[in-house]
Amino acid sequence: MDVYVQAIQLLIAGLTTGSIYAIVAVGFNVIFKSTDSINFAQGEWVMTGGMIAATAYATAIIPVWLSCSIAVVAVSLIGGVSERLVIHPLKKPSPMLITLLSIGIAICTKSLVMLILGKTPMGYPAFSGDQPVMLGGASITPQSFWVLGLAFAFMLMTQFFFERTLLGKTMRAAAADRDAAALVGINVKRSVMWAFMLAALAGGVAGVIITPITLTSYDNGTILGFKGFSAAVLGGLGSLHGAFLAGLFLGIAESLTGGLLSSHFKDAVSFVLLLLVLFLRPQGIFGKAEISKV
Amino acid sequence: MSEGSSGRYDVRILFGLWLVFLLFPWVAPNGYIVGLGVMFCINLILVASLNLIMGYCGQISLCHGGFFGLGAYVSGVLSSKYGIPGLIDIFCAMALTAFSALLVALPTLRLRGHYLAMATLGFNAILSVLFVELVGLTGGPNGLSGVNPIHIFGLPFGTDRWFFYLAWMVSLLVMWGILNLVRSRVGRAITSLADSEIGAASLGINTYGLKVMVFVLSASLAALAGSLYVHYTQFASPETFNFFASVLLVMMVAVGGWGKYWGPLFGALVFTVIPELLQSFHDLQLLIFGVGMIAVLMFVPGGIAGMLERLWRRRIRMKAGGGIAAPEVGND
Repeated sequence: MDVYVQAIQLLIAGLTTGSIYAIVAVGFNVIFKSTDSINFAQGEWVMTGGMIAATAYATAIIPVWLSCSIAVVAVSLIGGVSERLVIHPLKKPSPMLITLLSIGIAICTKSLVMLILGKTPMGYPAFSGDQPVMLGGASITPQSFWVLGLAFAFMLMTQFFFERTLLGKTMRAAAADRDAAALVGINVKRSVMWAFMLAALAGGVAGVIITPITLTSYDNGTILGFKGFSAAVLGGLGSLHGAFLAGLFLGIAESLTGGLLSSHFKDAVSFVLLLLVLFLRPQGIFGKAEISKV
Repeated sequence: MSEGSSGRYDVRILFGLWLVFLLFPWVAPNGYIVGLGVMFCINLILVASLNLIMGYCGQISLCHGGFFGLGAYVSGVLSSKYGIPGLIDIFCAMALTAFSALLVALPTLRLRGHYLAMATLGFNAILSVLFVELVGLTGGPNGLSGVNPIHIFGLPFGTDRWFFYLAWMVSLLVMWGILNLVRSRVGRAITSLADSEIGAASLGINTYGLKVMVFVLSASLAALAGSLYVHYTQFASPETFNFFASVLLVMMVAVGGWGKYWGPLFGALVFTVIPELLQSFHDLQLLIFGVGMIAVLMFVPGGIAGMLERLWRRRIRMKAGGGIAAPEVGND
């Protein structure tokens, strides 16, 4: 195959998976900002989104877009309910405790999906058919463009939400300083619940748009969560733009390693990058230096 | 924080418990149950080592499953591929793991917050990829087989019963060592980190050096557990050491009672026994496990050890105070 054609092919593939990592990374960031904890359920929400959409499509003959929308709503409700049941009742919600509890939420989500929706990998048709589009000699599946477009739209909407809406602003205030936010009448606990819903929504969106390409099954949430987490750290925890760029970067790096070097070590790339960034530039590639060194 | 008024009895309790535990192979109805005893000892070393860094220094390591695996694989590969005798391969496994832990710890422990957790998370993922992909050395997804049993002074520790004594002794030494470490001058400095790192630093404690030291120690103990494991089962499979294993270990520290000396005992007990009990539930197993974890974390903040400690104190108070203490107890 022509080198240029291969390069384009790998680049688009990288951008496609990369935008999924980017969305997942936003989910991590939202919860990290509001609770200072790492949310291990994030990857499971991606998987759950894909599974619910696939089941809805398979059981009731409804259009793909409708089953995807149902899945996204369902996953964000799952996020909200998880927070209500597990995080909300805590008397002393330390970051460590929330982190540990999110592992519990992840385990329960995974096993519930397995019990209710089954163990077989599932998928559904792409949003606009499977006829590949030729681009500079490379053939690209149309779903890639959907993923790229929707990921970009999601980023814009998140940006708009945090910058312009009242709810977004109160969530930022609560994340910046809990006590001060509470003092001006912001319900901090409620904003944590919104953060969980929003993070789960991000997971659901990522899940429903990637499933036509990769298929999904109950046990592939963890690895997606990892990659998204690496992207979040790479971009600087807490930075939305950083997460977006780092996600894309990670996807491309992975796809290039897989295509040009060896597919065996593809999965290790993001983690090697994660370690390098933590060692050399812990505030993330795009983050501002606000870490206190001891 | 970990040292209650009963602290000075801990040595006696430890040796007493282990003396009783020595009878286990006689009481156990079959070799399988003896094997569970062996796994309990190995898990205890593992959970206790994680409790050192997590409970006493307040730093989460998400790579303890990986260090356990690194110990197992180094030991196993040296034994099966190069025929290196047991004690030497265990030493090599611990040294190599300690070195890699040092490499991870030196840059990340300079930072405050989740950075050790993040770096160890990445490191575990890399180790998992290596265990699977270095097929020539590790056997890849099929696992590493043909590990030789340990011979020490000509004694073959091949059978369940013999191996139980070995694991029994090593776990006792580790628990005793940890007790001595925690009670020493250095140990008091370590425990002060969990309460307030800034406070400890202001008293002239080199918090950074201390954290690195404890982390390296804890990783090499995990490797010790891994070496024992691989010599016992004579087999290693990459799934045993993946990230999920690390996460479960963190949970076990929390469930047992983090920062409590006796916490790992309960954590290891849960870790060894509950999966066996849940086996008949098949697919429900994971869900029951997850719900159980959440319940313990939500409603028993100090873990099992913390709960028992509270009950114990209450009992002592009731005994000492007699009628006066009774209404007070009734109130809480």
